[in-house]
Amino acid sequence: METERLIRTLALDAGHRERPVGVALAVALLLAAPVSIALFMSILGMRPDVRTAMHNPFFDLKFVVTMALAIAGIIISLHLARPEASLRGWAWLLLIPVGLVLLGIAAEMMMPHQRPWLTRLIGNNAPACVSAIPLFSLPLLAAALLALRRGATARPALAGAVAGLLSAGLGATLYASHCTDDSPLFVATWYPLAIAMVTAVGAIAGRKMLRY
Amino acid sequence: MRERDDEWTGLMRAAIAGDGAAYCRLLEAVTPVLRAAARRGLARAGQPVDQSEDIVQDILLAVHLKRHTWDTEAPFAPWLFAIARNKLIDALRRRGRRVFVNIDDFSEVIAGPPAEETVPASEVTSHLNGLPPRQRDVLQSIAVDSVSIKDTARKLAMSEGAVRVALHRGLAHLAAKLRKE
Repeated sequence: METERLIRTLALDAGHRERPVGVALAVALLLAAPVSIALFMSILGMRPDVRTAMHNPFFDLKFVVTMALAIAGIIISLHLARPEASLRGWAWLLLIPVGLVLLGIAAEMMMPHQRPWLTRLIGNNAPACVSAIPLFSLPLLAAALLALRRGATARPALAGAVAGLLSAGLGATLYASHCTDDSPLFVATWYPLAIAMVTAVGAIAGRKMLRY
Repeated sequence: MRERDDEWTGLMRAAIAGDGAAYCRLLEAVTPVLRAAARRGLARAGQPVDQSEDIVQDILLAVHLKRHTWDTEAPFAPWLFAIARNKLIDALRRRGRRVFVNIDDFSEVIAGPPAEETVPASEVTSHLNGLPPRQRDVLQSIAVDSVSIKDTARKLAMSEGAVRVALHRGLAHLAAKLRKE
């Protein structure tokens, strides 16, 4: 086919409007959220003392940290969906949740009457944490990747990894409302392990799915 | 160069707003630049430059299908060259060559080959056969036989809307086939 003809054909299709990637991602996450929530409610459910726990700042901090990760992931994902985008100037957003956990650890250190730090770090729910966060994240990750296929990223594996971070942030938010380990030391130890697994899956899937 | 970029940006804004003629002009204006860059990339990889048209059309299809990722407030050229670079690297990799393609390879190119030189047709149409029948018939009619949307609709006993939908899906399908090639 001559290029001239292809151009004329493309011009005939000029009226077709594609949904912006941000809208597609929002719709995808809203559709996948009930799946993850249903998994969460049927397997774990919220901790019974959730009302009293809400008065504990270290319980609340978990949500601030996981939501900060999810929001940073969403912002970077949408940025990376553009062909000319790179991570430069945007990666610092991911330091926000890290900084928040470190602040939490410092604050907890200053509290009187603590259990030994190793007890707090190991906690009671480590195996559940490391398996449940990836489980609740996967439906969100699949939806996010499908939406991001509408984008045009120059870095498919990286974009997939960031999609992993955003879905792990959301999955961890669910899990955090079940888990009775509120110590920032626990959060800083086991959550990243679970998040790393989701990120790796995202990178591997993204490499294939996000090429354009 | 600056003027050229501004002109492209203006045309693309008009195109996004639905101006098909501006879109056509824009794609015609960028094609010689893309062609020159594709030839240069192929030559550097030790590949025959007459395959450049496949790459050019691959880039044009990607530009078309991904144009919603262009920010209308941003200049058009960097976005275009990012897509072109991605597709060129992909094409050379498929041919088993790893070549460093610099973004400057595109922005420095001014003219394509001289007008009298004939440009070989691409192999892109060979992928039409793998498409679902509707999309294949519509693309064959519009892209290959240059029949209008209206006449294509009449010929295939479809509504014009259905032809437009099949056209868009066919183009998206075609791009996916080129990617898997």
